[in-house]
Amino acid sequence: MSTTKQAISRRDFLRTSAAVGGGLLIAIHLPKLASATESFAPADPFAPNAFIRIRSDDIITVIINKSEMGQGPYTSLAMLAAEELEADWSKVRYESAPVDPAYNHPVFGIQMTGGSTSTASEWERFRKAGATARVMLIAAAGQNWNVDPKSLRAEKSFVIDSASGRRASFGSLADAAAKLQPPKDVTLKDPKDYKIIGKSTRRLDTPAKVNGTAQFGIDVQAPGLLTAVVARSPVFGGKVLSFNADKARAVPGVVDVVQIPSGVAVIGKGFWPAKLGRDKLEVKWDDGANASLSTTAMRADFAKLAQSPGLVAKKVGDPGKTLAGAAKTITAEFEVPYLAHATMEPLNCVVDLKSDACEIWTGTQFQTGDRMAAATIAGLKPEQVKIHTTFLGGGFGRRANPANDFVGEAVHVAKAIKSPVKVVWTREDDMHGGYYRPMWYDRMVGGVDANGNPIAWTHTIVGQSIMLGTPFEQFGIQNGIDTTSVEGAADLLYGIPNVQVDLHTPKLTIPVLWWRSVGHSHNGFAVEAFLDELAHLGGKDPVQLRRTLLTNQPRMKALLDLVAEKAKWDSPVPAGRGRGIATHFSFDSYVAQVAEVSVDKTGEVRVHKVVCAVDCGRVVNPDSVIAQMQGGIVFGLSAALKDAITFENGRVQQRNFHDYPMVRMNESPEIEVHIMPSTEPPTGVGEPGVPPVAPAVANAIFAATGKRVRRLPIGRVDMG
Amino acid sequence: MITLNVNGKRLEVDVDPSTPLLWVLRDSLGLTGTKYGCGMAQCGACTVHLDGQAIRSCVKRASDAVGRQITTIEGLSTDLSHPLQRAWIEIDVPQCGYCQSGQIMSAAVLLAENPKPSDDDIDDAMSGNICRCGTYSRIREAIHRAAEMKTAGRRAE
Ligand code: FES
Ligand code: FES
Repeated sequence: MSTTKQAISRRDFLRTSAAVGGGLLIAIHLPKLASATESFAPADPFAPNAFIRIRSDDIITVIINKSEMGQGPYTSLAMLAAEELEADWSKVRYESAPVDPAYNHPVFGIQMTGGSTSTASEWERFRKAGATARVMLIAAAGQNWNVDPKSLRAEKSFVIDSASGRRASFGSLADAAAKLQPPKDVTLKDPKDYKIIGKSTRRLDTPAKVNGTAQFGIDVQAPGLLTAVVARSPVFGGKVLSFNADKARAVPGVVDVVQIPSGVAVIGKGFWPAKLGRDKLEVKWDDGANASLSTTAMRADFAKLAQSPGLVAKKVGDPGKTLAGAAKTITAEFEVPYLAHATMEPLNCVVDLKSDACEIWTGTQFQTGDRMAAATIAGLKPEQVKIHTTFLGGGFGRRANPANDFVGEAVHVAKAIKSPVKVVWTREDDMHGGYYRPMWYDRMVGGVDANGNPIAWTHTIVGQSIMLGTPFEQFGIQNGIDTTSVEGAADLLYGIPNVQVDLHTPKLTIPVLWWRSVGHSHNGFAVEAFLDELAHLGGKDPVQLRRTLLTNQPRMKALLDLVAEKAKWDSPVPAGRGRGIATHFSFDSYVAQVAEVSVDKTGEVRVHKVVCAVDCGRVVNPDSVIAQMQGGIVFGLSAALKDAITFENGRVQQRNFHDYPMVRMNESPEIEVHIMPSTEPPTGVGEPGVPPVAPAVANAIFAATGKRVRRLPIGRVDMG
Repeated sequence: MITLNVNGKRLEVDVDPSTPLLWVLRDSLGLTGTKYGCGMAQCGACTVHLDGQAIRSCVKRASDAVGRQITTIEGLSTDLSHPLQRAWIEIDVPQCGYCQSGQIMSAAVLLAENPKPSDDDIDDAMSGNICRCGTYSRIREAIHRAAEMKTAGRRAE
């Protein structure tokens, strides 16, 4: 969701109040955006809310409004606040925010985590929250000591009067500071004085993740909490015709079987009885309109559509005419399949529904929308619904669903059985649950002049819209074009003089969603693999050609040079291997990768090494950026080499990790990450590591074997 | 009713003995550090030790664990002192963290049997554990680091 970039308002509205049990509580509100997402916003903005709490015992709690799904906001956002607060880092703790407009995304206007925006969008707000607290603590000390606060400074959680040598801990000043008016404006530190930002900092959540205490949604327990496993239609859009629950009810431990809008829920004392009961349940389904859906037929339809231009998303110059007069042209068609997010923690949600309140524990990326949906289903006001955001065992976009599927369904179950319930999806349920990365078909035509320089480029994209039918449609779809369908293609950085990018949006009803890097996940592949083909057509070195085409893109050009140097592009490749390069700009960050691969006689691909360079502006926690690049590369590799969701007779053919496999330890390449130093504002890191991997590997396969890979997953290279 | 020995404690559990050990640990005993990822011995998230061997508890009947020593992540150490936990923290291995209990339990058996594992040994021992977040290079580094810590610890003794 690298959608519109709106300036974050500086007219922040500050509020303070005494925290429970004494201490200082600070909240910074951004004015509510009058945006298309207003329908999401709860009507009543009242709630006590905060980003920072300081207890009398000096413990500083930073309340984090971003879901922790591995990308590290519990640490990096706390670092922002701690820096300006002049906090002793060892005293800093995190807490997951409740749902409240105060925690809304400053750009999207709802509380959510996505689009690789956590650091970029909170960069200013969390630093201001810290700075405001610091100013108030200093003012409180000034009052106590009867000196001008200007003569005081803060350091490592103390306010210090250098003249007299007096020191007061933040905790000892918390009560006094809570009674003061917050400053209207605060001055933020000069980056050269940073003590925390920019230094690799160990994650605050690691200890809980190595001793089993980190609580994920699936781990939530309560006395009397029942577990539900739901039978859902095997075909998207199908409906229950009838069901027989006799055998399910006969399973010991099964306590109830109820029909809900999405299917039939079997309720048990624990997961195992519920799952056994669900296995025994007999349901007759009306498969509905998707009964004959097949990947083979869809591919044929997409390929046909791709032969003529769609709605034009971008046009520069006259590509048609230029191609006709080009010295050489090449046409290539690229294909990528539907993909499941396959988060390690299968979907789940705990709901405790009462007549006047609803409490939910789940790992969601989409608090505002999920709360609205829960309220509507429960017949409550949004403020009566409380969501506890637990740790997420992976998100990758799946837990940011405008359709609120796993939360809404759990509320339906709780409503039907009138008992607190945890709905758990089996791995198979999760795999069949939809909201996939769409399948894409890309047809590209390119031409070079007599010197081998690319002069024209057309790119026809075919695939389902993610935004269509969601509340994001109003700003996400412009003139019939879903901006996420063409991102990474219509905003091509390369200086090719004649370009057309156009889009066909087939109206299919397979549920689709943003999958780590969204549209970039396919456009990055098509664009970078095709550029390699054009380089070859024109007899150019792929790095050299990119360098020429990036003349007006100094940041990407510098990154290209860095990665080429680190990967020793100009020195010979080890025998039997090939090197491939790809660059991609996404979520306002620049990434370049060089993959080194070998392919054996049977066509099996081995990725030995990936060298990655990233420019994501100013870096808050360098080690976290490295981790996200490492993770993005492995995530992208599973998709490049192995994964596809396919349909036959309307049914998804994959079930579990045996037929939707993941890259494992023995296949995981050596990964080297280089961060470009920068003083530009921070930009995304969660997603941008993904798009360049597939094309870098495909281009490396060509270098190693002379075989072009135009369809993912690569599986085995056809060596014939 | 069956009796299980979990993390050094004898526990009576009222459960159908054919229930997979994973769900007895999680739902009956509240030991939720052991995770469910696939239910078919594909991902390793549910790895625990049975008499010192790494097993996938999602496919092990609880009755098969009777009379044997079960160790879960909660029983690895009470104070984060196990070399693997220290190495995991030092190298900041986890991302989402969901797979990490299983990773650490698999690595613990590897280190117990092979105090100085090579990269190939690590590949062999750890390839049954999926990490969707892609922390493999750090897991590898942390296993080497923990091996160093153990050796250094022994020398000091
Ligand atoms: S849950 Fe047991 S191996 Fe995946
Ligand atoms: S850390 Fe997320 S699955 Fe391994």
